[in-house]
Amino acid sequence: MVQPLGYLAETPSQTAGPYVHIGCMPNFVGNAGIYSADLSVRPFPNGAPGTRISVTGRVLDGLGTPLRDAMLEGWQAGADGTFGPGSAGHSRFAANFQTGEWRLETIKPGPVPMEDGRLQAPHISIWIVARGINIGLATRIYFDDDDHSGDPLMARIEHKDRAATLIAKSTGDREYAHDIRLQGERETIFLDI
Amino acid sequence: MTTAPLVHRDRASHPPAYTPRYKTSVARSPQLPLLAMRSTPTEQSGPVFGHSQLGPLDNDLITNFTQGRERAIGERIIVHGRVLDGFGRPVRGALVEIWQANAGGRYRHKNDGYFAPLDPNFGGCGRTITDEDGSYEFHTVRPGAYPWPNGPNDWRPMHIHFSVFGAAFGQRLITQMYFEGDPLIPRCPIVQTIGAPEAIDRLVAPLDMNRALPMDSLAYKFDIVLRGRRQSVFENKPEGT
Ligand SMILES: [Fe+3]
Repeated sequence: MVQPLGYLAETPSQTAGPYVHIGCMPNFVGNAGIYSADLSVRPFPNGAPGTRISVTGRVLDGLGTPLRDAMLEGWQAGADGTFGPGSAGHSRFAANFQTGEWRLETIKPGPVPMEDGRLQAPHISIWIVARGINIGLATRIYFDDDDHSGDPLMARIEHKDRAATLIAKSTGDREYAHDIRLQGERETIFLDI
Repeated sequence: MTTAPLVHRDRASHPPAYTPRYKTSVARSPQLPLLAMRSTPTEQSGPVFGHSQLGPLDNDLITNFTQGRERAIGERIIVHGRVLDGFGRPVRGALVEIWQANAGGRYRHKNDGYFAPLDPNFGGCGRTITDEDGSYEFHTVRPGAYPWPNGPNDWRPMHIHFSVFGAAFGQRLITQMYFEGDPLIPRCPIVQTIGAPEAIDRLVAPLDMNRALPMDSLAYKFDIVLRGRRQSVFENKPEGT
């Protein structure tokens, strides 16, 4: 026998279920008057510096059906590549109950330096929860009008054709489209970071 | 803002993505391996929520739906505990959000069609921020068990959904708290997505008579552990900002 290490095991995850909205965005789902405002409806205050962009997309299951009960969170740097202050840069948004489409209106993040000085290409960290998802899925959104060649995470991707699953496509003036596929053909890259 | 690297997530603590007895997971589970990498400043930082973003009744589900005018129906309970990291350090300033069914097992959500009635005085959500020692407390009513379409006769045990933010976005966690002694726990396909019985036990809150309020409320204690962040042996600062 040896001494016990004494570290605590992480609390196990459980699915957020179909009613996650009443806990995390009650005003969005019509339960007004409990909280003065849902948190992180807008990731940045009005007037924050940077280019305003929007990303629209869907989360698709293995049969290609959009999830209509998913909730997503984003965490990103501001235009200057730094995080915060406070909750700035954090966003919460939900799939439309009819169509499954979600829309994130935010600011284009700047490149984020690593501790070793390498630059990460502009990206938004995305976390997805829903009924049927036992532990929140982490992924990223990059942008197709940036250079990803020096990005440390992109460099880790073994199957290079899968990198496209992390890159939002420009569809117009400051508009991007990005579908997330949970399984099947073109399954999105999910992260264990 | 601190940027200590995160200790890797021990996936053995968690349910796998694909758990066929919980049918919805079948088409919603990634099948390719996750891309592993050491944490970057993106995962090592996270949003910091302040008390100014919360209201005074946010952690009292008995009264927050009516803003104190009426009280919800059900067994009054206190749910309290601490948020810690894997090194046992308190996570202070952590946002903890909960949501639950009412005493009859019905959610105030447009997609919940169970015929148990809504309680006109119960909304079903609460939120709070942990203290210096990582502690939090909610006042609520015991949620009812409810049936759900999975197997032909599946019921969810009484449970409260928890969403927790640590200091780092990579610590983000959503889970569910169950109640000591509930006979539906071993019968629930969602609980049983977790393989190890020992891990299930860590989601079951014991009755805590030391915190019960006589002639008022019973109490349950639910501690939450988030992933740790690396530290040198000489550091023993509380988690958080
Ligand atoms: Fe539930």
